[in-house]
Amino acid sequence: MREQALAPQVPGLAKEVLGECGENVNLCFQCQKCASGCPMAFAMDFTPSQLMHAIRLGLDEMVMSSKTTWLCSSCQTCTTRCPQGLDIAKALDAVKIITQRKGIKASEPDISAFYKTMMGSIFGCGRVYELGLIAMLKLRTGHLFKDIGLGIKMFGKGKLKLFPSIHFLIFSGVSEIRKMRKRVEKLEGQRK
Amino acid sequence: MKYAYYPGCSLHSTASEYNISFCSVCRTLHVAIEEIPKWACCGSTPAHSTSHIMSLALPGRVISQAEEAKLQKILVPCASCFQRLKTTQYEIRSNFGLHETLEQVLDRKLENKVEVIHPLELFIGEELSNRIADAVRKRLEGLKVCCYYGCLLTRPPKVMNFDECEYPMSMDTIVSGLGAETLDWNAKTFCCGASLSLTKSEHVCKLIRDIFQEAKAVGANAIAVACPLCHSNLDTRQQETETIYNEKYGLPIFYFTQLMGLAFGESFEALGLKKHLVDPRPLLNKVGIV
Repeated sequence: MREQALAPQVPGLAKEVLGECGENVNLCFQCQKCASGCPMAFAMDFTPSQLMHAIRLGLDEMVMSSKTTWLCSSCQTCTTRCPQGLDIAKALDAVKIITQRKGIKASEPDISAFYKTMMGSIFGCGRVYELGLIAMLKLRTGHLFKDIGLGIKMFGKGKLKLFPSIHFLIFSGVSEIRKMRKRVEKLEGQRK
Repeated sequence: MKYAYYPGCSLHSTASEYNISFCSVCRTLHVAIEEIPKWACCGSTPAHSTSHIMSLALPGRVISQAEEAKLQKILVPCASCFQRLKTTQYEIRSNFGLHETLEQVLDRKLENKVEVIHPLELFIGEELSNRIADAVRKRLEGLKVCCYYGCLLTRPPKVMNFDECEYPMSMDTIVSGLGAETLDWNAKTFCCGASLSLTKSEHVCKLIRDIFQEAKAVGANAIAVACPLCHSNLDTRQQETETIYNEKYGLPIFYFTQLMGLAFGESFEALGLKKHLVDPRPLLNKVGIV
């Protein structure tokens, strides 16, 4: 009810967020509980509460070029503590999804590359094939030597498999996942 | 009663010791589990950061598969998979029309009636806690454990409906029942940085430093976890964090199922304890468990 009552008044991005995930940022009354509990706030350019406010003010460009949404670790602390029942983490996800859909360059390209690479792994193998994911991520981000020592240690401990197992490729139902992807893309295409 | 088992990607790779210790504990406690055939990834953070529908369709498929196998309860040890499956169920229940959309995307029937449960929930129940008490062969005396729950087991509470969201106790109850001393501390539900580990490891090191400092402050000699990503960050990035901050923690990180296995008399190797980067052997030798 609250969402419906407020929907017609909200500008650009706020409306898009509402449409994308059903969260109404106008519920935010700037109590700062999300900002004070956010474990990643130290690295963000705007705190979650500032970002909610910026969305309400229609500062769409600033919001979509902010690092905040990308650096969110999805820990759900803000969502848990919001006295207005606003699912802030979900609203941040929606901003991220809208940003990507509009083709706006991610302000944290490495994190965006990680998402793309892992989704590629899911659509390619049905499951996450970690070594392949890491190799692909290195190629996409150019950080070829990051964590090499750690990777070797983990490989030595048998934590990383060299190849995805046969079982993995045959039995992960990957063809079904690919069909799901096509249907989702069609559905999201209709929404645009 | 047979449970559907959804291990998720991590338990088949970087967290394989969580998988083997969980299966071993289930055997000891006579909990019948059946791995969902042809399961795929739940999508985790990359899915809910890129497509709302896909992030619900992937877990929806797992739920539908369990229903297809005629099983009423799914055991999900990975905290992230657990949260994504519960979120999907919650969203279906609270959003009109979503159910039909998901069935259309999945091209499957989705009744959404199965119960998604975490092993902690199962083990804390009356029947299993009695069985656990009977199965303990070797009490874990000498271990001072901080139980670390991380984010997703309990948050957000409206979705997870599991334990107390700011100060959970289920793991503490189980671990203290094994004879170990569990400690009160305030980092139980801090965030470890989760999947930022691959892209922003410096931030992850900062976050886990806070956790280590809190654990050391109350005198812990080990940390217990119930999430593959928490384990991965606290274990594999511990040495790096020690170097960055010029501090020494030396805290072995155990899956709570490994502690259960140790108390049930399973061997060090059979529980995959050799796979940890912070070697737990010196501590276990010192207190006479191994």
